[in-house]
Amino acid sequence: MDDLLNEFLTETSESLDVVDVELVRFEKDPTDKAVLNNIFRLVHTVKGTCGFLGLPRLESVAHASENVLGKFRDGELEVSTEAVSLILKSIDAIKTILADLEANECEPEGDDKELIDRLNDIAAGKSSVAAAASIAAAEKTGHAASADTFANGERKIQPVLGRDLLPGEVSLADLEAAFNAAPGPDQDAAADTLPQLADFEDEENIQDVLVQASSPAPGARAKAKGRTEDKEPSAKNPDTSVASQSVRVTVELLEDMMTMVSELVLTRNQLMQIVREQDDSKFKVPLQRLNLVTTELQEGVMKTRMQPIGNAWQKLPRIVRDLSHELGKKIELQMIGADTELDRQVLELIKDPLTHMIRNSADHGLEQPKKRKDAGKNEIGAIKLNAYHEGGHVIIQISDDGAGLNIDRIKQKAVSSGLATEAELEEMTDQQIGNFIFKAGFSTAEQVTSVSGRGVGMDVVRTNIERIGGTVDVRTTAGAGSVFTVKIPLTLAIVSALIVEADGERFAIPQISVIELVRASNNSEHRIERIKSSPVLRLREQLLPLVYLRDVLRMDKKAPPVSSDTAAEGVADMRGKDDFVVVTQVGGFRFGIVVDRVFDTEEIVVKPVAPILRHITVFSGNTILGDGSVIMILDPNGIANIYGNIKVEQDEAKVEAVIADDKDKNVSLLIFNAGDSTPKAVPLSLVARLEEIDCASIESSNGRDVVQYRGQLMPLVRISDNYPLRTEGRQPVLVFADETRTMGIAVDQIVDIVEGTLKIELAAQTAGLMGTSVIAGAATEVIDVSHYLVAAFPNWFEESGKSRAKAPRRILLIDDSPFFRNMLAPVLGQAGYNVTAVENAEQALGLREDGAQFDVIVSDIEMPGMSGFELASLIKADKRWEETPIVAISARGAPDDFERGRQVGFSDYVLKMDRGALLRSLTQTLAVYGEAV
Amino acid sequence: MSANKGVMDETDRPAASMKKADYVTMLVSGQLFGIPVLEVHDVFVPTRLAHVPMAPPEIAGVLNLRGRIVTAIDLRQRLGYEPREAGAQVMAVVIEYHGEPYSLLVDSVGEVLSLAEAAFERNPSNLDPKLREVSEGIFRLADSLMVVIQLDRIIQFLNGAVAA
Repeated sequence: MDDLLNEFLTETSESLDVVDVELVRFEKDPTDKAVLNNIFRLVHTVKGTCGFLGLPRLESVAHASENVLGKFRDGELEVSTEAVSLILKSIDAIKTILADLEANECEPEGDDKELIDRLNDIAAGKSSVAAAASIAAAEKTGHAASADTFANGERKIQPVLGRDLLPGEVSLADLEAAFNAAPGPDQDAAADTLPQLADFEDEENIQDVLVQASSPAPGARAKAKGRTEDKEPSAKNPDTSVASQSVRVTVELLEDMMTMVSELVLTRNQLMQIVREQDDSKFKVPLQRLNLVTTELQEGVMKTRMQPIGNAWQKLPRIVRDLSHELGKKIELQMIGADTELDRQVLELIKDPLTHMIRNSADHGLEQPKKRKDAGKNEIGAIKLNAYHEGGHVIIQISDDGAGLNIDRIKQKAVSSGLATEAELEEMTDQQIGNFIFKAGFSTAEQVTSVSGRGVGMDVVRTNIERIGGTVDVRTTAGAGSVFTVKIPLTLAIVSALIVEADGERFAIPQISVIELVRASNNSEHRIERIKSSPVLRLREQLLPLVYLRDVLRMDKKAPPVSSDTAAEGVADMRGKDDFVVVTQVGGFRFGIVVDRVFDTEEIVVKPVAPILRHITVFSGNTILGDGSVIMILDPNGIANIYGNIKVEQDEAKVEAVIADDKDKNVSLLIFNAGDSTPKAVPLSLVARLEEIDCASIESSNGRDVVQYRGQLMPLVRISDNYPLRTEGRQPVLVFADETRTMGIAVDQIVDIVEGTLKIELAAQTAGLMGTSVIAGAATEVIDVSHYLVAAFPNWFEESGKSRAKAPRRILLIDDSPFFRNMLAPVLGQAGYNVTAVENAEQALGLREDGAQFDVIVSDIEMPGMSGFELASLIKADKRWEETPIVAISARGAPDDFERGRQVGFSDYVLKMDRGALLRSLTQTLAVYGEAV
Repeated sequence: MSANKGVMDETDRPAASMKKADYVTMLVSGQLFGIPVLEVHDVFVPTRLAHVPMAPPEIAGVLNLRGRIVTAIDLRQRLGYEPREAGAQVMAVVIEYHGEPYSLLVDSVGEVLSLAEAAFERNPSNLDPKLREVSEGIFRLADSLMVVIQLDRIIQFLNGAVAA
């Protein structure tokens, strides 16, 4: 593209952004001359430049709006919302044309007659008076030529333009006359006082230039002649002094500089290394100096990448202004911390999400003025943007004092879009529900307005923010507003990373995803254990799943690198038994990455990997270390994905939410103490017996505690490793059993059995816990029995199935509650069934389509979408599963339901929590149906 | 825009460079190969080649060339020759493809030859498929034959592998 055009485009779009902001300011305070002058100057510059570059369409629009602005300035026209809107509209029109210009390098077809006419109409509001006055004024001041212009008729060729006036253009003479007629500020005073007013004076000069060119020049102004050819009339502005202090450079140049500086740093490091080895080098002093300068240079170059976040906010006042008109709301936008700096690249990426969130706050957050008044609030709604630095991150808060999120509507939407069931929602806090707005396809706006109906949902906002390693969260208070908090890294280019080694190769793990570092060895308290083949680590009363980095990267079978200095020593080191576990969190899922060695943390410059390596998802980039070697940057997300055994989704579901039982249903819960002071609970129906075992009878076998119990060896499992068994007296034990085996969980004390609702308020991070629930007024941890079953018999679920029958009975379990799926599936599995669990009827029917076969179907009744009854009718109506018995499980025990259940084809009907009854029912059902299936 | 330019360059260049016929020569497992001299940005002895786990076998690793990270493609692997013996000499020839630097690992780099077009010949029909894939044609030199490498082919293959 033409350099000149390019520069014009950049400059003009910047100017227009400023105009947007300034116009909004101006509208608020039409008496602010300085602002108006600034606007006028900018629009004028745009117009002038367009003329110079031969862009008639742009020029005519700019001209018409300039005309109106001129009238504002001269006080001939009252500043009205309508007029300002129109000017803003013309600015938009200019932007559209610019966009086309950028894409096609020529002005698009079409004209803006309508817009220009309207601008002219506004300008003409008083222009008849003004024109008459101006003619008189022009004559008075001796500009006879301008009168000539009028006298010669309307279609006069303009000397400057060398062509007819375009629609919307006013002849320069007309303009001049208007100016002369206007009282205008006292020029001397202006020059003395504000620099902005000095600007204004300059504008006069510019006008002079134009006037000069259009009319025979009176001698005094001859010097100005020809200046219309200046590309930039504003070049004469006092502002130029400021402008000349900054230089526009391309981003590529900055990137190149960055690269060169990195290289310089490396070279310096090498030199330092060499000199350090020589005791008495004459290079020492100059090198010290070089060192300092390099560091400063590096910092300086880094700074060139930093920009104030205000740059991303520039468009917001205009947007809010438009919104307030469009929506009929009064909105005040406060911006705090606009000078908070962050990396240019991050800034670009955060712009759109921020804009969207502001729109969202204005559209959905703030109420109509009347409503606000009724609620006793200030009519004017406030949206506040606040940015600040916090520990290597930039925090941006977008808060409004509106109505807060409409939790009920979000609930409806969540249910209708299948994101959660009503039952689950019942158990969620408003904050948790609020976060649904970040889910895909979620818009709570009942009607799509032009404001929010842009196809960008909050899910896109979240995705974009997460893409740059940020997070977004919402807190809402009904009636008092919402606060969105965005946390983004300062820069993408430089991150702090932990350097680790696996199999002789070094890798970087971004510090942000590292939670802690644990050294594991056979003789320390942290020891890597294996459950079957899965490595785990006991870490503060929880089991942490582990992955070996060298397994993830499939490094064992790699060929030795062509020439790697570090490889040789690394391999030797690896023989040591010590391993390091890098505890990492991805979403709500925590796991450990096992590496052989851990080096320091380093600030690394992230560089994208070559395109031919981009498919390897475990790497997020690569970097050059201080010693000049290249290493790959690991992406914990990618590792979690690659390591297929880890089901991130499942865990995420656990964390987000919140395991819920059917509402208001009481279950019997056994409350006990074990380990720490938090009371713990387990559904009583899962417990086979409560026992107290004489401590003397506890034996140790193969490193595990066992006790002889009813003629069998029963393993005793502790709630956590840190919690020892009693050494004397009697040890209370919860006994869990299936037909062949028993397992005991040792506890401190059995406290009580209470009837309570099992509402998991906080999902657990800890293995072995379902989550925390409020039971009998106290925060109580609900334990995950299946976890301990596995701990006692790693193969509990597999073996019981095998021993029972050659082909285990296949059960399809349909339950919308993750709690019950998690609870029942192990129970059924333990009883020897092969369980397939799905969360709704649709999925079940999907399995039927896929040709799956089951011996028995266990289905919940109350489910979102299709209920159990409907499902049963559908199953019975189709040949494929017609013969398969269906057992209903329900939280309700209403006799009506029993009857209805039998009618639609359920074979049996049992209560959810009654584990024994369910198993009996299944045995019976299968016996009745026998081999029918 | 720049990407488009890149594409044009890649397709234009081999033909244009045919006339100039200045080639950097290199040896891979005893076979002489040539790359148009204008394509070669740098030749250096690679040190600290960092292995990239899970990368295609042709990718020997990544290395640091004056602050740029360069992906190294082992031509022996790429062209189906025996792997280099441990400790054998390696040279890296840096080229660019779509603005990304790549280095081709070869056994040694020879002189720059100015070759007459008359000595150029299309690929013989029995050429090894691995070579045929990347070869533009053969130059008959006095004492040997030189295979002219099409750089985009060498890298595109990897893109194909990625897509597969």
